[in-house]
Amino acid sequence: MKYMHLVWGNLRRKKTRTVLTLLSIVVAFVLFGFLSAIRQALTGGVSLEGANRLIVRHKVSIIQMLPIDYKRRMEKIPGVAAATHQTWFGGIYQDPKNFFMQNPVIPGEFLDMHPEMILPAAARQAWLQTRTGAVVGRKTAERFGWKVGDKVPIQSTIWAKKDGSFLWEFDIVGIYDGRDKNTDTTPLFFRYDYFDEARRAGTGSVGWYTIRVLDTSKAAAVANLVDAEFENSSAETKTEAEGAFVQAWAKQIGDIAFITASILGAVFFTILLVTGNTISQSVRERTGELGVLKAIGFTNGQVLGLVLAESCVLSVLGGVVGLGVAWLLTSRGDPTGGLLPLFFFPAGDLAAGLAISVALGLVTGFFPAMQAMRLRVADSLRRI
Amino acid sequence: MSESGAVGVLVDVNGVEKVFHRGSEDIQVLKDLHLQVPAGEFLALMGPSGSGKSTLLNLIGGLDHPTRGSVTIAGERVDQLTDHRLAAWRARHIGFVFQLYNLLPVLTAERNIELPLLLTHLSRAERKSHVETALEAVGLLNRAQHYPRQLSGGEQQRVGIARGIVTDPTLLLCDEPTGDLDRKAGDEILNLLQALNREHGKTIIMVTHDPHASARASRTVYLNKGQLTREPQV
Repeated sequence: MKYMHLVWGNLRRKKTRTVLTLLSIVVAFVLFGFLSAIRQALTGGVSLEGANRLIVRHKVSIIQMLPIDYKRRMEKIPGVAAATHQTWFGGIYQDPKNFFMQNPVIPGEFLDMHPEMILPAAARQAWLQTRTGAVVGRKTAERFGWKVGDKVPIQSTIWAKKDGSFLWEFDIVGIYDGRDKNTDTTPLFFRYDYFDEARRAGTGSVGWYTIRVLDTSKAAAVANLVDAEFENSSAETKTEAEGAFVQAWAKQIGDIAFITASILGAVFFTILLVTGNTISQSVRERTGELGVLKAIGFTNGQVLGLVLAESCVLSVLGGVVGLGVAWLLTSRGDPTGGLLPLFFFPAGDLAAGLAISVALGLVTGFFPAMQAMRLRVADSLRRI
Repeated sequence: MSESGAVGVLVDVNGVEKVFHRGSEDIQVLKDLHLQVPAGEFLALMGPSGSGKSTLLNLIGGLDHPTRGSVTIAGERVDQLTDHRLAAWRARHIGFVFQLYNLLPVLTAERNIELPLLLTHLSRAERKSHVETALEAVGLLNRAQHYPRQLSGGEQQRVGIARGIVTDPTLLLCDEPTGDLDRKAGDEILNLLQALNREHGKTIIMVTHDPHASARASRTVYLNKGQLTREPQV
């Protein structure tokens, strides 16, 4: 620490250059934070708490429907504790940009399957008693100012009612919260029996099943048994982990992890060059001063340490500020107004960002530091 | 035979040769050079440009190694030390004063003077006390918080001297300390060096072109074509 004033002094030598370099590092880390939040929103979520849950969908495609009686057959398969289903409703509330998910479910078994959704007992009871009842997540309720007792009209893009209308009305009977940050509280769920009776086509079919396995270590074997059960039928199935299912949805956009890694790779490579150039220039400009330090007794190792400390201070400072700004911006929630309900900067990525900032400092400072370390005192003093 | 063991001899340069290699060319700067400096002496080293004065000073200060011969300071063979040990040795035994002051522009006078003390185990308070003593010795206590750019050339050189003596080194090496100053400021610096030698017994070797400066030394030697003489060569 006693050398800190020397490190600060050198960074303040060319203030404009240091500030510009610092800003470029800050921007890189803000971008890192944002991309982390986007990746989290597209690939994270239910995968974390759904380790004991499997998704069973049509083998051909997620948009192909499965028969309702598969549920009974699934529940008989050894290793399956429970099964329930959902169907993609694809509704619009007022404006297509007001996107959020709405699915018909069987209330009791659906809530039992998803303990991460916290719904007051009274609301659960009300849902069981109200045929047109729906529960909605806190985020969406707050977004549209909905409260219990409201009647909500939603226009389906897929399902027509028997009277030919695509407009469905639901009574909000409860608002659920997430047990933790990873729980998506944007969807609306309504009763399958109301949906199945009222729809004009597709009666007796569902979108996909969620099954809970008794032993997570045997999930793969259970998945095989489920798919074997429906092999050679008119609707063969594909069973996969809930996380893989969510990621398959996200992969409709592209390989999110690869895209974010590529962008970040390009950004950090550029920052590596910018910061490396700043430190190199700074070392070249004060060859004589480094010679003086060595003349008065600083060892090669100490000079190496000083230059590395400069690059690390610059990069960690930029990293901390950038990550802080990213944290603040992402903590305001989904910037798309509903497309990315789980948009937040994961703490693990924040720690990784800090580690990257230290690594960036070490890598960018390495060559200039070696250059400073190898300076011969007599030669560098001659250059003054 | 080396005379480093002789009573009172602090610096013993014995049969030193220094050759620089520039491509295929060898440039011999010092040839079979012998020099002894007793403790407490103020020695002026004069000679024309390119005569090897600074090279000799660098060898005595442990900044460079001789091609041949030995350099012994206070009984220690400096030419045999590794770079790492030389750095520690310099921190303990040598104070440098440069022609162009060589202060770090980003540090205040006080912080510049403190630099060699950072290499010691002194506490912050002890370092501060040593710095104040050095500032007082060079008459700049009231300029402690000034940056080099806020000081005159003479004041900067006094800060340079304070940095050179703050660790109370065995030997003070001055490379043209008045070379960049006007006569008045130069005289002040020479007064200061003389006082350090006479009142504090500091051993000083000063490289200079200026006969006026060398007149302040207790002895002057001349370097010409890599060898020492008692009289200047015409």
